[in-house]
Order: sequence, then structure tokens, then C-alpha cells
Amino acid sequence: MRPRKLGPRMIRIDNVVKTFGAKRAVDGISFSVERGEVVGFLGPNGSGKSTTMRMITGYYAPSDGRISVGGHDVVESPLAAKRLIGYLPENAAAYADMTVHGFLAFAAALRGLAGEAKKRAIARVVERCFLSSVLHQSIDTLSKGYRHRTCLAQALIHDPEVLVLDEPTDGLDPNQKHEVRNLIRELGKSKAVVFSTHILEEVDAACTRAIIIDRGRVVAQGTPDELGRPLDEVFRRITSTDTFFGGPDTPAGGARS
Amino acid sequence: MRSAWVIAKRELGSYFTSPIAYIFLVIFLLLTGFFTFTAGQFFERGEAALGAFFGWHPWLYLVLVPAAGMRLWAEERRAGTLELLMTMPVTAWQAIAGKFLASWIFLAIALALTFPVALTVNILGSPDNGMILAGYLGSLLLAGAYLAITCLTSAMTRNQVVAFILSVVACLFLILAGFSPVTDLMARWASPALIDTVAAFSAVTHFDGFQKGVIDLRDLAFFLSVIGFALFATNVVLRDR
Ligand SMILES: Nc1ncnc2c1ncn2[C@@H]1O[C@H](COP(=O)(O)OP(=O)(O)OP(=O)(O)O)[C@@H](O)[C@H]1O
Ligand SMILES: [Mg+2]
Repeated sequence: MRPRKLGPRMIRIDNVVKTFGAKRAVDGISFSVERGEVVGFLGPNGSGKSTTMRMITGYYAPSDGRISVGGHDVVESPLAAKRLIGYLPENAAAYADMTVHGFLAFAAALRGLAGEAKKRAIARVVERCFLSSVLHQSIDTLSKGYRHRTCLAQALIHDPEVLVLDEPTDGLDPNQKHEVRNLIRELGKSKAVVFSTHILEEVDAACTRAIIIDRGRVVAQGTPDELGRPLDEVFRRITSTDTFFGGPDTPAGGARS
Repeated sequence: MRSAWVIAKRELGSYFTSPIAYIFLVIFLLLTGFFTFTAGQFFERGEAALGAFFGWHPWLYLVLVPAAGMRLWAEERRAGTLELLMTMPVTAWQAIAGKFLASWIFLAIALALTFPVALTVNILGSPDNGMILAGYLGSLLLAGAYLAITCLTSAMTRNQVVAFILSVVACLFLILAGFSPVTDLMARWASPALIDTVAAFSAVTHFDGFQKGVIDLRDLAFFLSVIGFALFATNVVLRDR
């Protein structure tokens, strides 16, 4: 990878492997993300995007390899690493029995915020994620998009240096997709951001760099221009349609039996 | 410790935002009332003591405590919030302690609401209130031991019903190991030493002392080690995800 003059590597992933039983969901991925970068994480269903993100955020322990966040090894000093990260999980889970405000206050308290700082943090993310109209509504009565935004707000509550967002625009309406892309680009100026997506236009709209993975391996990375255009054709050419059968060089159609 | 308390407060809040908490409290009080006054023949005994009340607790808790604790981890798994919680800057211990504490406080509230029973014996006679307090302490520890086991079974599954059944079975063992019909049956073939060893694992045996007003360090140690061991095992189960 070309050296950049953007600051310290905030996320560093070194030959990381994750196996589930006999299956290698992530098979030796290496990349790093610096402050000021927005990295789009692309790949077909089941290629290992969420698994990789779960390892960065410390939910899964890597089977092999090393991950550090802000210089802290995620296995050896998990708390220090987790403090730096804001994470939006794939399912955008939130405690259904809480109100939006209660949930954000809970997340803020776990992040060590209290009193005025907590109030300000909640007000900031409520404005950024457009939640003021549902602030006192119970989460189980929210529409999917609002629940997603609530979980995104939780990820931003402590103004983290590293953002790991698993399909942040999933389930959002076109206006909100647009807003969230702008938000990601804006946040990316001062933070290290990784987000996964299936919407290839988002790479142009928000990323400084994209990484394409397939069957747990990095198959391409670079700026959107370096990857080539049209991006969806490139994507189809280098990735497979099925995770389970055949090797990486099986032609896409032949993977089904 | 602060994080554990933040988690405990959330958990307690979620008990009381759902009607289930109030239904639970009502059922708890109805059942204690029924067992004490009807099945326990409280008035017929004519004693100013709470034997009829505490004696039923190991059985009563067999259903009530797993019901109160089954959702602790199973629900987090089912809803996917476990991922959120475990990627927050909290240790697994803080989360386990927080959740256990919240449920234990909830059960303590339920137990405290049985105070009219203690009041009744004080009005009708002059009981040994030290003995009653010891009984309450023992009952709370008993609930804690069952609850810790429920934490463990709840961490193993995303299905609350499975968690409930597993913990009832495990707690049943804790009762039966020292339950006289069972020990009598064992006496036909087992040596007394073996029976004593098995009975030493029984919550009933260790609860008996408290009911008699005796706070024995060994009984205290028993309940605290069951709690400690079950929560430790919970940590192991949660680490493997
Ligand atoms: N807990 C688990 N146990 C067993 N296998 C798992 C587990 N989690 C993920 N996998 C497997 O690992 C592979 C990668 O899954 P992952 O969720 O990372 O894919 P993804 O790239 O996020 O896909 P999508 O685009 O559909 O979200 C899949 O084949 C999946 O079945
Ligand atoms: Mg995924």
C-alpha cells in the first residue's frame, strides 16, 4: 500500500483469520485505515465483512492474526480499543423496551459520559441522526429506518475516533441515505471510518478508498478510480456468486450445482 | 463498578417497564400466601414462627426464580443486543455482575413485600425476630443461588423457554440432593458417607440452618460459592461466542 501523510494508522489488521468449525469465514485479511480516511468495505453476501467488523470491535476473537485500534491490540487491551470505537452492528440492535432517549442515555453512561456532557452528547446525535420526533417513543414501536438511525446515533454518542459501520444505509429512505452518506464523509475528515455496503454508488459518494473482499480474502483495493469503472462490472468480475462451493477462480455461474 | 451499576439500572428499569414484573410480584405474593397459610397450615401450627413460610421457599423459588431470570442473557442473544453490549467498553464481569445484581434486587423486592407475614406473627404472638431475619437472609441467598444458575443457563441459549427448563432441572438437583424422601431412598444402597456428601450439595440442607436462626459460616460459604461458580461459568459461556 502507498504511504499516506494522513496520520497514525487507527485500524490495523494483520493477516486475520476467523474460522467457524471447518469454515474459514475470514481467510487472511490485512489492511489498515488511517485518520481522515473513509474505507468502503465491499463484497458479496457471506464474504466475511460482518465477521471482520466483529473482530475489529472485539465481539469475535480472531482465530489468527492481529488487530489493533489506535495502537491498542483488541485482544490484549480490549477496553482501550473499545473506547475508541463507535460501532453500528449489522442488525442495528437496540433494547426494544427502552425509549430512544433512554437508550442513548444508557449508551452515553456506558461510554463514561455524565451530567452536562451526557446531555450535550445526546442532543448532538439526536440532531445529527434526525431523531427529535421520536425521542420519547419506545424503540419497539419505531420503523426500521428509525431504529437503524437510533443505533447509528448510539455509535456516535462519544464522538469516537474510529467508526465501524456495518451497512449504515440499510433500510433508510433515499433522503436519509443521502444524509447518512454526507454524515460519513463529514466524519471521515477527522476520523478513521470503515463501512460496509452493497450499494456501489456509495463508494463514489462517500469513500476515499474501497476494499473488495470475496470468500474471506481481499481481492481488490484502491480509490474508486483505481478500481476501474463501471464499478458494478468490476465487482461482478472479481467476486463470486456463492460462498460455499468451488475455488476463488471458479467462474461465477459455475459455482451453483 | 460504575459500568456494572449502569447495566443493573437498565436491567431493573426493563423489569418495571413491562407488566410482567407486576404480574410476577402478584403471583409471588399469592403463592407465598397460599403455601404459608393453606398448605403450610400456618394457623393450625399455633407457633409464633415462620417455619411454614420459609419451608416452602426452596420449592417456590424452583419456578419463580428461573422465571424472573431466564431472559437475562437469552433475550440479549435473541435481540442481538449482546453484540452491542459486548462491544461497549465494559468487561464481561461488569455486565454479568450488573445483570445478576438487577435480578437479585428485583427478587429482594418481591421477598420484602412478604413483610405482612412477619407482621402477622408479631401481632399474634411474640416470635424470635432474629430468627425471622436469619430466615429472610437465608431465603435471599437461596434465591441468589438459583438466580446465578439461571444466569448460566440463560447465557447458553437464545431461547428463554430452554433457559427456564434447564435452570429448573439444575435447581431441582440442588433441592433433591438433600430432600428426605430422596435421601431415604438412597439409604437402601448408598453408604451414609455418600449420602452426606450428596446432601452437602443441597440448598435445602444449607437453608435449614437459617430457618432455625443459625447463621453458619459454612452455609453462607455454600450459597456464595454456588453464586460465584455459576457466574464464573456464565463468563466462560459468554466468552465463547
Ligand atoms: N457465528 C457464526 N457461526 C458460524 N458461521 C458464521 C457465523 N457468523 C458468520 N458465519 C459465516 O461466515 C461467513 C461470513 O459471514 P459474514 O456475516 O461476515 O458475511 P457478510 O460479508 O457480512 O455478508 P452479508 O453481505 O450478507 O452481510 C458466512 O458464510 C457465514 O455463514
Ligand atoms: Mg454482513
